[in-house]
Amino acid sequence: MQLIAAFINRAIMQGTPLLFGATGEIVTEKSGNLNLGIPGIMYIGAISGVIGAFFYENSGYFIPAVGIMIALLSCLIGSLLASLIYCFLTITLRANQNVTGLALTTFGVGFGNFFGGSLIKVTKSEVPYLSLSDTGNAFSATLPFAKSLGWFGKMFFSYGFLVYVAIVFAVLASLFLNKTRMGLHLRAVGENPATADAAGINVSRYKYFATCAGGMIAGLGGLYFIMDYMGGIWANDGFGDRGWLAIAIVIFAIWRPALAIPASYLFGALYILFNYLPLPMPMIPILQMLPYVITIVALVITSIRKKRENQPPASLGLSYFREER
Amino acid sequence: MKKQVAIELKGISKRFGSVLANQNVDLTVYRGEILAILGENGSGKTTLMNMISGIYHPDEGEIYINGKLATIESPRDAFSYKIGMIHQHFKLVDIFTAAENIILGMKDGQKYDLAKAEEAVQEITSKYGFEMNPQKKIYDMAVSEKQTVEILKVLYRGADILILDEPTAVLTPQEIEKLFAVLRAMREDGKSIIIITHKLNEVMEISDRVAVLRKGEHIGTVQTSKTTEQKLTEMMVGKKITLNIDRTQVKNPVDRLFIKNLNYTNQENVKVLNDISFTARSGEILGIAGVAGSGQKELLEAIAGLQPLDSGEIIFNRPKKNLPVSFYHKTYRQVVELAAEGKFHYEDGTPVDFTGMKKKEICKLVNEGKILFNEDDVMNLRDKTPLQIRELGVRLSFVPEDRLGMGLVGNMDLIDNMMLRSYRKGNSILVDRKKPENLAEKIVSGLEVVTPDLHTPVRRLSGGNVQKVLVGREISSAPKVLMAAYPVRGLDINSSYLIYNLLNKQKEEGTAVIFVGEDLDVLLGLCDRILVICGGKVSGIVDARTATKEEIGLLMTKKDAGTKQEGDANE
Repeated sequence: MQLIAAFINRAIMQGTPLLFGATGEIVTEKSGNLNLGIPGIMYIGAISGVIGAFFYENSGYFIPAVGIMIALLSCLIGSLLASLIYCFLTITLRANQNVTGLALTTFGVGFGNFFGGSLIKVTKSEVPYLSLSDTGNAFSATLPFAKSLGWFGKMFFSYGFLVYVAIVFAVLASLFLNKTRMGLHLRAVGENPATADAAGINVSRYKYFATCAGGMIAGLGGLYFIMDYMGGIWANDGFGDRGWLAIAIVIFAIWRPALAIPASYLFGALYILFNYLPLPMPMIPILQMLPYVITIVALVITSIRKKRENQPPASLGLSYFREER
Repeated sequence: MKKQVAIELKGISKRFGSVLANQNVDLTVYRGEILAILGENGSGKTTLMNMISGIYHPDEGEIYINGKLATIESPRDAFSYKIGMIHQHFKLVDIFTAAENIILGMKDGQKYDLAKAEEAVQEITSKYGFEMNPQKKIYDMAVSEKQTVEILKVLYRGADILILDEPTAVLTPQEIEKLFAVLRAMREDGKSIIIITHKLNEVMEISDRVAVLRKGEHIGTVQTSKTTEQKLTEMMVGKKITLNIDRTQVKNPVDRLFIKNLNYTNQENVKVLNDISFTARSGEILGIAGVAGSGQKELLEAIAGLQPLDSGEIIFNRPKKNLPVSFYHKTYRQVVELAAEGKFHYEDGTPVDFTGMKKKEICKLVNEGKILFNEDDVMNLRDKTPLQIRELGVRLSFVPEDRLGMGLVGNMDLIDNMMLRSYRKGNSILVDRKKPENLAEKIVSGLEVVTPDLHTPVRRLSGGNVQKVLVGREISSAPKVLMAAYPVRGLDINSSYLIYNLLNKQKEEGTAVIFVGEDLDVLLGLCDRILVICGGKVSGIVDARTATKEEIGLLMTKKDAGTKQEGDANE
């Protein structure tokens, strides 16, 4: 039981950045914007939070609540600015979404590594990483009674607050999309922007709103990974390919935030499964491949079933031009 | 009873670039009436209505609604004046339900409550006699249901003035009856209904008054009960304008292309081609007249091998009886196969039998012209791809309506565009660029194409020059059949005449030319015979030298017109 509890605990922690990323990407894609810059935005969100926390920790005194606020705020600002780059290029200038997104990811990774590397240099550290243990501890603080509840506490309560925030965001996103007028409008924009436009919906505004909100949610995933999962340690390229996994989850969860919750945890579990299985080293990459394999399987199944509700938003990836004569 | 004015238009003008879409239009719409707006393609009906519904803004003129000057900048403004337009192309989100589509974009300040909206929709449907389940998804709906959703959308927003753009174009006769019943119910309810159409029988059936537009101008508005279809047609087409196109007499016409009973039903279950039959002859220009979307596009594409058919035959005919077989049209294998079927004879009349002969001997006989056809050489082109048609040795050229989409590749230069026709020639793995270059040069100098050089992407050329390049390429292969869809659309007078002359030259060289046009004056001035289609059906074939515009106009708009015999048009 202890082992299973520990496995689930790690799976959920591993799945949380993915859940942030997937929720953000779903909200974005529902507006018809295929933001492949999400991995980059998650990097930028993480490094922005790290920069904020770094300056606060080095200012002398440290109050955990303030440390959290500063890290969150700088993360949100960083990912908002990154999302705005994407919005401006694809919505205002109508640049190709794929190219813009991929460029933004490349940029985001470089941006993170540049400033991360610079901060490591500034600290004159011997090791190739930056440690923000105070902020890290503040983020990963769990409910005090978690330890006393044994495996039950381990499975459900031994997480930093961002794990719960991720679930709340996914549920809220689901309610927003399906139960509100704005959600209806947003889905209309992603399905058929010309129709939405004719109905008096401001297509550009909705696209900007969804892409920025989605980017900020995804940015939190990066921050969570550094501050909670890693305990406040930034290492260049430490975030890995989790951003792409988040995009894979969007497909796997057939564009439903509520489904993204179990999907993220499943992907998280598959991501760390090799630690719990007695496998020879060369087999590990095969195991790590599984999330992508099941995404492809999910794609094949949804494509064969052809249920219209399970398809991506109809105008996903397309720029909207108002029809002019 | 004095009628209340709902909308009054005063001196409305609208241009798009140099094209005048509407000129000085005055129009009045009353409450509780159905007004039909009648006009040919491009007469400015839809543009005028788009100005009322806020899609376009008039360049000049004023719109008064309920006696007050109104500025309508957007569809939202139009809604605030209680005007709603139902477009020809539905603006619906496929994966939403009817109710979701209906409330989309509404800001009524109330809480978002789909169930309540569904009830309200149900109320409207029962009030006017619609049939609609508000929870049905759009992708499960037939076209008529989608149209109902569009109308409900407008009514739900409380519109008093409804504009319907060609609402019957996509409906079956039964559905049209239902729609008309609903429209009458709305009229009884005091709503003003404007219906854009070019179907005369429907105008007579449903409308109270008819406003006729021609070339952007308002010709007049008449009481439907005090007019006839004949009078309306006259108003619609106007007087005949004589164009200065040289039309030569048809010389040695040969039946070149037999179109037999073509049928095609599209995904929306509309019969786009309905039992179309005709014959195109070499050395004459066959015009095809019809309201846009009557099946012209599908017909030409079917002949060109781009449009699958449900049934029918497209027979290409070479009058070869008693003429020698050559390897120009037939490959060696085809010759042997046909000989085995007993299709050839020698000069003295004995049947050809190649059994036991060597390839060399057979080739020699054919090359010396000693093998003759028993009958005319006919081929069915149905279900053949354009490439297969070409491999059969049929020189068929097609100038499609969509020049830069289907005809040419906009980003490629003139030479590369020439190569779209010839890239398979030659046996080398490298393409031969020399011949296409010569051809491009010949076209540029021969047709006076204005271009900086041969390496300019064709999209940078003006519309007229693009068309010259396309037509030039298509006629360069000395086609036996040349099909041109709206070849002068968007072209200025000089370019248009150049195209007419090119078509005429093809005719003189013995090509069977098929010309789809929209301007009746041009059709009457250029063509030898005119095939009129209406709703995918041939409504008549007339002799262009004697036919009148009114005659063609009536055939174009009357669905049940008696099909004329082709014999009528023969000289």
